Amino acid sequence: MNETMEKQQKANVAIESKGKENRENKTNGAAEGNHVFEVEDLNLWYGSDQALYEINMQVPERQVTAIIGPSGCGKSTFLKTLNRMVEMVPIVKTSGDIKYRGDHIFANNFKQEYLRAKVGMVFQKPNPFPKSVYDNVAYGPRVHGIKDKKTLDQIVEKSLKDAAIWDELKDRLNENAYGLSGGQQQRVCIARALAVEPDVILMDEPTSALDPISTAKVEELVQELKKKYSIIIVTHNMQQAARISDKTAFFLNGELIEFAETDNLFQNPQDKRTEDYITGRFG
Amino acid sequence: MLGQSEQGIIKRMNGRIRTNRILKGLFFLATTFALVFLVLLFYRVLTQGIGYLNWSYITSFPAPYPEEAGIWPGIVGSIYMMVIVAIVSVIIGVSTAIYLEEYASKNKFTDFIRVNIQNLAGVPSIVFGLLGLTFFVYMFNFGYTLIAGGLTMALLILPVIVVAAQEAIRSVPSEIKEASYGMGASKLQTIGRVILPASIPGILTGTIIALSRAIGETAPLIIVGAATAIYTLPDSVLAKYTVMPIQVYKWTSRPQEEWQFVAGAGIIVLLVVLLLMNSIAVLIRNKYQRRL
Amino acid sequence: MDKGLQTEGKLNVQNMIEKRMQTKTLGQSLEKIVPWFLLLCAIVSVLTTVGILFTLLRESIGFFSEVSIIDFYTGTEWSPWSGSFGVAPLIGGTLLITLIATITAVPLGLMAAIFLSEYASDKARRIIKPILEVLAGIPTVVYGYFALTFVTPIFQAIIPDLGIFNALSGGFVVGVMIIPMVASLSEDAMNSVPNALREGAYGLGATKHEVVFKVVLPAAFSGIVASIVLAISRAIGETMIVTIAAGATPSLTFNPTDSIQTMTAFIVQAATGDTSFGSTIYYSLYAVGITLFIFTLGMNLIAQYISRKFREEY
Repeated sequence: MNETMEKQQKANVAIESKGKENRENKTNGAAEGNHVFEVEDLNLWYGSDQALYEINMQVPERQVTAIIGPSGCGKSTFLKTLNRMVEMVPIVKTSGDIKYRGDHIFANNFKQEYLRAKVGMVFQKPNPFPKSVYDNVAYGPRVHGIKDKKTLDQIVEKSLKDAAIWDELKDRLNENAYGLSGGQQQRVCIARALAVEPDVILMDEPTSALDPISTAKVEELVQELKKKYSIIIVTHNMQQAARISDKTAFFLNGELIEFAETDNLFQNPQDKRTEDYITGRFG
Repeated sequence: MLGQSEQGIIKRMNGRIRTNRILKGLFFLATTFALVFLVLLFYRVLTQGIGYLNWSYITSFPAPYPEEAGIWPGIVGSIYMMVIVAIVSVIIGVSTAIYLEEYASKNKFTDFIRVNIQNLAGVPSIVFGLLGLTFFVYMFNFGYTLIAGGLTMALLILPVIVVAAQEAIRSVPSEIKEASYGMGASKLQTIGRVILPASIPGILTGTIIALSRAIGETAPLIIVGAATAIYTLPDSVLAKYTVMPIQVYKWTSRPQEEWQFVAGAGIIVLLVVLLLMNSIAVLIRNKYQRRL
Repeated sequence: MDKGLQTEGKLNVQNMIEKRMQTKTLGQSLEKIVPWFLLLCAIVSVLTTVGILFTLLRESIGFFSEVSIIDFYTGTEWSPWSGSFGVAPLIGGTLLITLIATITAVPLGLMAAIFLSEYASDKARRIIKPILEVLAGIPTVVYGYFALTFVTPIFQAIIPDLGIFNALSGGFVVGVMIIPMVASLSEDAMNSVPNALREGAYGLGATKHEVVFKVVLPAAFSGIVASIVLAISRAIGETMIVTIAAGATPSLTFNPTDSIQTMTAFIVQAATGDTSFGSTIYYSLYAVGITLFIFTLGMNLIAQYISRKFREEY
């Protein structure tokens, strides 16, 4: 096992892309100041309606970045732009640039599949496949070509452990995920995202459909996950952002109003509109 | 004490309530008409046909005497034909549905395909027979064979299968498609691993219902030359064939009453097959309905 | 710390994935080929339509080079085996059957639809709708058998000089066959009438039948009409029932007790007889076929037009 892995790693070194090199360099260097995403002058339109205006933002590595703002402010759209899911709406047009680990994600030769294997996503509503728990978690590795049963077993176990749901589900791996509670479903979805060991995890209001106890579990999990992953979480719940994030971005009407350390943003907002929002004056 | 006008209102009110009750009864009677008709039909078929329905009827070839006639080549022919129809129409129909739902962009051409399918569903089955006669029997030179009949029938039920498959595919929640794309799955992987597995119950139900329509169809097969009586079973797709409804039709159109009993027995067999197919469809529908 | 996480906490799934992404797989070429295959399949349905039009037109043109199109559509005698090709009796037979079927199916189907949509309990609906589905699923050859061996004798008991083959029982049974269609499509139309409209009328003290006649039926009117038009189109194209029960006597009559022949029944008769390929009668199949096709297509287009307008209302 170890031998094959070594071989794979060697093979990787030989065929590494530029972005990969950058990342290796950075991860070996100081954790501070490294960015997974660099967004430059991003504009986005749904048909003729502009949804995002001139967004500039650098998303730090191994931290939780929260995105807050009133509904319709473009925060979900922005999140889905980062893994290019937003393009599932056929009328979407973008301008500007997003770099993931130095690679231009809108470049012609850049593969969406590659990006999404690196940048996992957890959705607003728990959305497991109508398959067994095992097949749900193994989905990502399988579509990326991993067929070996033993490897898959390992991946499934580890992902469910990382999502803190292994103990609850280890005897129910062959049950249909639709039979689980909403909170369990969402953590299976998190495990599913973790299964490919992504670099970044995007979370689109992951607790909005959950009860308070499940919400607490997911929040706890996010704290745990940031040790290994960079997390970007959209939330309409300011307290949640304050509790779990390291940095917070405030969006309003498709513009990025303010982006700062979470403590700074909440205690000492620089912009009047941020202050109005966090003090509950609108939204 | 009630005034004149109030009494009038109450009187009229009672009248209106009575009218409502009478109409309700009338509507109910009209609805039960279908039930009565169905019961009479089943009763009639059973009483006429049951006397001739026995093992030798099922396993015999047609014969010049009613007592010896059998429906075996019809049963075998219908089964062979359904296999051809199922293969052809499911492959083409489901592919069409996938194309329309997952690949086609919303342009004039796709609209055209959609409207076209809608209109095809309204073309009388006998016109499909003429299509098969020109193309499959003469132009492709298949003659009056199983494959000519099967292809004609496959085209006939194609619209039904496309529409059923489209509905099944459309009912797959977009959330789980997003989940698949979000994992980096390609379009084909998403279709193959998520969309199709989730829509298979719907597709299967629609297919069985379409096939049960095909198995009772008579008119187009008369046109493309299904034989009315054959004495050997078809041994290839290029062999002559007959099917159950054609045998029933032939027996029905003979003047002697005995032949109508023979036809009745054939109808019982046909209806039992239909009943089986529809029960399977209902079972599948009920089993998977709760899932999604 | 970074180093530790890389090796200890991870299975290096990304490494495995990246390696796969570098190699060209079968999947990638399928990704390009499959859409074309699917498109090809989608085109089959278009080709079917083209094929139908081509067949009908080409063979009809062959026919009209032998028999004048004017004689065909204006002639009143149809006896192809002796060379008279006036299609009027076949069209007349078809219309007579359709008329009887419509008279049978529309009132019964509509009343059933009203009952199902407005009066029936959920339980009743769960029983009745499958029965209608069964009725719709019965092969037409079975209906034909029933018309000939059961309905006709009953009608003969009422109308003594009724022949074995007559338009009345054929048309009546065609009518029964299309009841499910009228009922279920009309019920759909009634169900899509917003409840707010009904509640408004009930709020004014209307009884159920008043709501039905003054609110539901007017609001669902175009949907109901569309369902009737579609059902009529089915009746026009129906073949086996009329072939078995209505006879093979082309005659221009509006007497329902007469034996008649419809366009569809002629096509069956000619196809089962010893009609040789290329003969005038062979071509006449297609001339009759295209006439039938124009009738049903026209009806379907009308129904689509009506229901498109209907959708805009809400």
